[in-house]
Formats: sequence, C-alpha cells, structure tokens
Amino acid sequence: MIKEYLENWTGLVNTVKIGATPQEGGTRRKTITVGGEKTLAFLFKEGHLPNKPVIAYEIWDIKPIDWPEELTNYYSDVWSDPLDWAEKVANVYKADLLCVRLMGIHPEINRDIDYELNFIKNLLKRVNLPLIIVGCGDDEKDNTVLPLCSQITKNERCLIGEVTQDNYKILTAAVLADGHNIIAQSPIDINIAKQLNILISDMGLSFDRIVINPTVGALGYGLEYTYSIMERLRLAALNQDKVISSPFICFVGQESWRAKEAKARQDEFYSWGKESRRGPLWEMITAVSLVLAGADILVMRHPKAIEKIKEYIELMFKNNF
Amino acid sequence: MFIIGELINGMYSNVRKAIEKKDKSVIQKIASEQIRCGADALDINCGPASKNPKEDLPWLVEAVQEVIDKPLSLDSSKPEVIEEALKVTKNKAIINSTTADLEKLEILVDLAKRYHTKLIALTLSKKGVPQNKDQRLELAVQIISYCVEHDFPIEDLYLDPVVLPVNVAQAQQKDILESLKEFKLIYQIPPKTIVGLSNVSQGTLQRKLINRTFITMAISLGLDAAILDPLDKELMDAVITAELILNKQIYCDSYLEAYRKK
Repeated sequence: MIKEYLENWTGLVNTVKIGATPQEGGTRRKTITVGGEKTLAFLFKEGHLPNKPVIAYEIWDIKPIDWPEELTNYYSDVWSDPLDWAEKVANVYKADLLCVRLMGIHPEINRDIDYELNFIKNLLKRVNLPLIIVGCGDDEKDNTVLPLCSQITKNERCLIGEVTQDNYKILTAAVLADGHNIIAQSPIDINIAKQLNILISDMGLSFDRIVINPTVGALGYGLEYTYSIMERLRLAALNQDKVISSPFICFVGQESWRAKEAKARQDEFYSWGKESRRGPLWEMITAVSLVLAGADILVMRHPKAIEKIKEYIELMFKNNF
Repeated sequence: MFIIGELINGMYSNVRKAIEKKDKSVIQKIASEQIRCGADALDINCGPASKNPKEDLPWLVEAVQEVIDKPLSLDSSKPEVIEEALKVTKNKAIINSTTADLEKLEILVDLAKRYHTKLIALTLSKKGVPQNKDQRLELAVQIISYCVEHDFPIEDLYLDPVVLPVNVAQAQQKDILESLKEFKLIYQIPPKTIVGLSNVSQGTLQRKLINRTFITMAISLGLDAAILDPLDKELMDAVITAELILNKQIYCDSYLEAYRKK
C-alpha cells in the first residue's frame, strides 16, 4: 500500500470576526467568524479547519439593473423596498450574513446621501444579521459615502469595502476608527494583494481585520486563473507569510450571472436546457470551485444555488475525510 | 532562511565585559536588537576568555530568555558547558556544534537526543579542515550515518561545510558552495545546511560586501540557515532578495518591509 503523504504546514490564515452582539457593543444577534485554516480546503487530516466557508446573500439598495429573469422570479416582489428584500433573505431564506451593495450612490443614479444613510440605519433595525457593506465602485462616491456608513454602523463590526492599491486611505482610516473590518481588492494579482495588505497595515489596521477580494472569474470566464491565484496566496499563508494570510471574499453571484451560459433563455439556446436549472447550477459550480481554492466568504444571489453550496459544505465537514 | 544572530559572543569586548560584570542589560539589548532586525534565533557563546564557562553560558541564556522568546544556539566546544546551558534553556535549543569525530558524535548526538535539540555538525575532524568537496562529503556521510543509526532525526540536523576566509582559502570557496547542494543528495531526507558566514571575510577589507555576496550565492545553492550579523541591513536585504528571486516569498513593491513584518 502507498503511504499516505501529509503536508506539515506551519502557518495559518488569520481569523476575522464579522458582527458584534449587544454584549460586544453592537446590535447583531450573532457573529460570523471566518479564516483560521491550517491547511487547504477540506484536507482535515493535514490540519484544523475551525470555520466553515460562509455564504452572504447579496442585496442592493435599489432595484437591480441587470439581474436576469431567473433571479427576478425570486426577488421582484421585494425590489420596491430594499428593506423588504433584506428581511426576505433573512427570514424566508434564513441567510447567515448579508452583503449590501450601495449601487444607488453611483454617479449615474446619484441617490441622495441622506436617503442612503437612512436606509442603512433602518436596515440595522429591521435585520439583525452581521453586515457586509460595499460601495458602487466609483472611487469618489465611495470615499464620500462609505466613511459615513462606517460612522453610523460604528461598533457593529461590519465588513466594509472595497479599497484598492490606488484608493485605500480614506476608507481604511474610517474603518480603523469605527471598529470594522475591510475588504482589500486586487485585480487577480498576488503582488498587488500583498502590497495592499502592507499599505493597509501601515495605517494601523491589524491583519486580523483584513479580508482579501482576489477578484474572481465565473466558470468559463477565468475561473482557473482565479483558482491558481487564490491557491498561491493560500500556500504562502500556510508557509507563514503573515502579510497575506487573510481570508478570501468572493463575489460569486455577480460574476456567475454575468455569464451568458447562466442567464440566456432556453428559447434562445434550446439545447442548453432550462435556465431555472442551468443558472443556479452555474453559480453553484463556480462557488464549489472557489471553496476548493480556499474561499471563506461567498457573496451569492440565487437561493437554490446557495442552498446547494451550503449542503455541499455541510457534507464535506460532516464526513471529515 | 533561518537566521541565527551571532553578536552574543565573548569574543566581542562589550559582551566579554558584560559577562565579567554580570551586566544583563547589555546582553539583553544586543539580543532584542538582533531579533528586531530579523534574527529567528540567537547564538550564545561566552568566548574563549571566560574562566568559568559552565556558569557564564547558563547566565547568558537566562539573561536573554528574560527578554526574548526564540530558540537559542548554544555555542561551545565543551559538551559539559552546553549541557549546563541546556538545563536552563526554555525553547527547543540548537547545539553548536559537533564535528564528524566519533567521540564527539557519541557525546553530542546523545545530548541532543536527551534534550530534544537541533544539532549543528561541522564537516571537520581531528585530521583537520577538509581540503576539498569530496572530503567534506565524506565527513557529511559519516555524520548522517551516525545520526541515522542512533535515531537522531535528520530534520533536526544542520550540516556546516566549514566556511574559510577567502583570503586564505580562495581555491576552496567553489567547493564549499557546491557542498551545500551535494549534502542534500546524501540521504532520502535532505539534511539542512548552515554556514557561519563571517568567516568568509575574516581579515579582508571588504568584509560586508564579501559576506553578502557569499550568502546570496549560498542561498542559490539551497542554504537553509546562517549564523550572521543581522544588524547588517544590507546583508539582510540581500538575503531577503535572494529568497525572493528563488520564489520563496511573493513579490510586492514593499517586499523588504513585508519580510520584516513576519
């Protein structure tokens, strides 16, 4: 019989905690802890994996612009009010974690800032799950609005983003002051991921408050490239490179539902089968691959895809093989 | 790269005086400085002038351990001195060092096993300093065979090819460097390698340049550890950069700072 070969890792991934309960000065009913891995995904014999990957439901502050019909079927009833949307994923779909994208602040939409801040305040009251808050992607608007969001959610220990190598100072300072965690985004580039973590930590934010968004591609759209980047970063972390030992957040839904294979209707491509099956499957398969690459937080959209990936994670952890 | 700081050595007058006066603060400052500059472990040597090494070495160990929680390399040619220091050492220690002579191996491998330490072995014997690569390999084989036969874990063994000053043994430098690579081929578990770096530049005018040139060449041949002066910033920068080029660290613009944040 061939002897089993087990790697002996000396490093580990940082642990990041999201959400603060009333005992901790916040108002969330629970907290979510990610990271802490001492080996690669599911290699239980090699090292401890103290925290399962978690799924965050993605919601927007406005009615989404380009979500395909398959997603409309699940959410269109609550798109008139994002607070209803948040409540639906919390109560009906039993979300553990919520990721709010403030697309309404984008210059092309330009919603009133006070309106957005009120939305966040009310969201804290209506839903008591740990929160991820992300901006619209426009640096100037994000730098104006996200620090204010950070202020009004002070002590809730949110995960707020995103910062990049060229734009990290303003939001990092806010997150540092208000006790939150930060998302450091790099464009599928290990060198920039590492550099950004150093820049952030130089401002005084400790490594256990940084989550890396390595940026991902969906199945068929650069997934393999994403995988190798994440794997390389994770291997370095397990070999004690503490600068990049951060957990990963992956925006799976956003990328998967951009794929033609996920959203095209069956009447356009008959042989591809029903989009109600194909779409969630595309998102689910992308998610599985990223979990294997070491993803810690998956931001997803389709309830069925989320249900299936959760089942998969539970199964892998239960069998402990 | 496993860096062992070399500055706590009775050969240096400040250390010698501190030992004589039993002034802990001097020793502790040198210890902390070396760790701050990137040393992973510290070599502790009370020097040839010590009249009572069996007391001085443990005293040094205890002084250092009050401020530093890192492995210590206990450096003495006398096993009984090393044992006295081992009795007070908290972390997994490194014995510095044995030679390939049987009578040395018998005592020091036994000591290393009893105290669960790592062991530095010089490819050196009573016959003298090896004159070429083949003699070094022969001595390395003797050391490894002894360790394997006596159940000393090869993972804890560091082979030292014995670095000689370039102005004395210029013709040997290439052999010394190549030995580092060939030591790895002797046994199924490749033994780790180490050098006492400063020797290479002994008596020269360009000490720092020679040190850092030698070590980058040694790193490219697979060197695992070195005893050196971690306060020499250019030397440490060269070590970090050599490892970067060998893809042992992920590049980023601030890679020197990143390494030091470890």
